[in-house]
Amino acid sequence: MTPAPDAVEIAPSTHWIGALDPALRDFDIILKTANGTTYNAYCVRGDAGVAIIDTVKESHAAEFFTRLEQVTRYDEISTIVLNHLEPDHSGALPELMRRAPQAKLYISAKAQLMLKALVRNSELNFNIVKTGDTVDLGGRTLRFFSTPFLHWPDTQCTLVEEQNILFSGDVFGCHFCDARLFNDRVGDFRFSFEYYYQHIMRPFREHVLEALELLEPLTLKIIAPAHGPILREAPRSYLQRYRQLATPLLHNEIGADTKSLLVFYISSYGNTARMAQAVADGAETIAGVRVSLYDLQAAGDLPFVDLIEEADGLAFGSPTINGDAVKPVWDLLSSLAVIKVRDKLGAAFGSYGWSGEAINMIEDRLRGLKLRVPIKGVRAKLIPTEEELERCYDLGKQLAQHLTGNIERKTISMSELLAQEQSHA
Amino acid sequence: MPKANVTFEKLGVTVTVPAGTRLIEISEKVGASITYGCREGECGTCIMRIISGMENMSERSVLEDKVLQENMAGRSDRLACQAQVLGGDITVKA
Repeated sequence: MTPAPDAVEIAPSTHWIGALDPALRDFDIILKTANGTTYNAYCVRGDAGVAIIDTVKESHAAEFFTRLEQVTRYDEISTIVLNHLEPDHSGALPELMRRAPQAKLYISAKAQLMLKALVRNSELNFNIVKTGDTVDLGGRTLRFFSTPFLHWPDTQCTLVEEQNILFSGDVFGCHFCDARLFNDRVGDFRFSFEYYYQHIMRPFREHVLEALELLEPLTLKIIAPAHGPILREAPRSYLQRYRQLATPLLHNEIGADTKSLLVFYISSYGNTARMAQAVADGAETIAGVRVSLYDLQAAGDLPFVDLIEEADGLAFGSPTINGDAVKPVWDLLSSLAVIKVRDKLGAAFGSYGWSGEAINMIEDRLRGLKLRVPIKGVRAKLIPTEEELERCYDLGKQLAQHLTGNIERKTISMSELLAQEQSHA
Repeated sequence: MPKANVTFEKLGVTVTVPAGTRLIEISEKVGASITYGCREGECGTCIMRIISGMENMSERSVLEDKVLQENMAGRSDRLACQAQVLGGDITVKA
């Protein structure tokens, strides 16, 4: 195994001074790491100043400072840039600022509140930068690119113009610890790159595409992310991969104007299944909507998450068993944090034996996930009657009308809304 | 009691409500996708765009103004958990 290196020159007068965390197996609860991670920080030396780009997790500060001291004195540091303020990148910042009090800190506008909450020092001075702003280090120019929501509101990238090095923060990063550092020398880390994108960047894919518009025109020799290998071999291929991953595909099949409505159901005795069919049939009557019907009993949740990501509307059918919706429904509804579902249209329906709480519970969950749930769901006691199936048919039709924008505008009083809610409870 | 008409543009629903009602109370009943975090005017999660009728809304409190500024909200944005409707017609983007 390669021993942990000293500070590593990645380009003339530009060094990696980060820390290795090979023992880490769970990152931020949500991610697994098969061989740990790195907290990458960098030092850029110009004729008139030295910049430190990002720091490391507080627990690894000693390692960071040891490498930093190999390439600069603290009194030479003129500039500190934080591309992202999560504690694994800002953990050593307070100590760095204590050691280099003359240094100016540069962060994005959205980072300032996080900085105050993380550092808890009201005296802290910082400079706000946005796309196009620069800092001159003397022969080395740092240029900032605002790339918000990749994956926090504060995130930005920093380019060393003269060297075409992009310090990209978490973008293009991954949790993969290998002391050989560079993508052409480390072990096969492709799965980590994909896994990281799927869990960290995917919910923000619209912002990924916006960021790519900013970054793709750049000439890039090295992409130096805040985690994982430094991408010096074919750096552009990683931008291309991000574009592939972030680009929606569904509308290649169904056309830009067609809306997609997914109807998921699970059924013990076929009652909720019949209701699901009625919802789908009703929706089918509206032109411009592609309706898909899926039995949650038949498959795990993974492929459904992919479908949901590109759908416009979602309807969930669940029986009520012991006062709750059933587990496959909750499994799917608890798997959606990796995609953006905000503002999609949602609805619920289902058969029940004696209480029927599942519908309201699913609707609450959908609202919690920031979906619109404008149409009250349909509940049927045991075997749905023709009238109840007709209401399911109407539910599907109304959902499809909402999706196509062909809704009948209506006026309702607050007291009527409250009465509706009570009758539904 | 004075009434106000709040139209949720995306939903195509107009709700007639008593003056003094907070936007959050209406939007959660009507199924709009405005979402709520702290409900106390601190987190900025419920920022919503007022398309028209801002003059029919309560003034921003110091707290609301601070949170909106911190979130770099525009002049047409309000916190649904803080903003009350005072009367007349209001249209929101939700």
